[in-house]
Amino acid sequence: MRFGVITFPGSNGDHDALMAVELGLRQPVEAVWYRDTDLSRFDALIIPGGFSYGDYLRAGAIARFTPVMGAVARFAEAGGPVLGICNGFQILTEAGLLPGALLRNQQLTFVSTWVHVRVESNRTCWTAGMTPGEVLRLPIAHGEGRYYADPETLARLEANGQVIFRYTDAAGNVTPEADPNGAVNAIAGIANERGNVVGLMPHPERAFDALIGSDDGLKILSAVLTAGVDAATARS
Amino acid sequence: MTTQARAPKRWLAEVFVSLKPVVNDPQGLAVRDGLHMLGYKEVDAVRVGKYLTLTLTAADREAAEARVAAMCEQLLANPVIEQYRLQVSEADDAPGSQG
Repeated sequence: MRFGVITFPGSNGDHDALMAVELGLRQPVEAVWYRDTDLSRFDALIIPGGFSYGDYLRAGAIARFTPVMGAVARFAEAGGPVLGICNGFQILTEAGLLPGALLRNQQLTFVSTWVHVRVESNRTCWTAGMTPGEVLRLPIAHGEGRYYADPETLARLEANGQVIFRYTDAAGNVTPEADPNGAVNAIAGIANERGNVVGLMPHPERAFDALIGSDDGLKILSAVLTAGVDAATARS
Repeated sequence: MTTQARAPKRWLAEVFVSLKPVVNDPQGLAVRDGLHMLGYKEVDAVRVGKYLTLTLTAADREAAEARVAAMCEQLLANPVIEQYRLQVSEADDAPGSQG
């Protein structure tokens, strides 16, 4: 399965993602420049973390209008698996490919730490094969990660099983202390209705080997290897 | 030229973007607490937002307002979390205008 990792001016998680796919998944992977508009050679796309366009105006607001994002929208529309990590999640919400928005952290400080997230659904390209209730240990590093959606959208996301990762303690319990940024319903990651587009604030690409603290991120990155095949079949 | 009134003019648009009232604004809360510490106990609430100024060319004020409103919807504000207010005035005498 061929992965593409998109680089915007200001991305800083792109090399981590390239390395995680190459060394962790042992799959072919290629860096994609933000001006590229042909993504047809890829089976899965990763929009990495960082500070695209310096987070000017709002995180992800300007990256959303780059040439590559039109191609990403078409790729997603065709059912292709897309994973937005941190700034990638912010870009996907700004682009309207995922509902809601990411706001300034409740405590107003940048937070860089390890968290636990509970897997809430395995019916997406990026959680397939996992067991709902399973707890993953992943790093976070963000200043604007407080997920928000209006009450109607939130109810719809919860009812549809589109909330796929929630911040919990190590035992999998949602507690106020376990929510690192004040996210509504302790939401760490969501999927679109179809389950091919996923965004999350934690960094699975920085947890692909026990040597660097955890290899739980590989579960997310590798889920697409089986799920993505079905998605590709559905596209053709 | 007798058609001068219809010639495109330069306009100054001022855009005020703020979080919707239902969206929690921790920055505003922190600023309010700071004001309380300085003794301004009468302050009930503070909301922190953005102020943008644009200069643009348009046939008339209505056209300028319509264009800037579209810009707000598309980029300057995120309708999911933010609201905006805009104000357009003649900019021909503003500094930086082409003589």
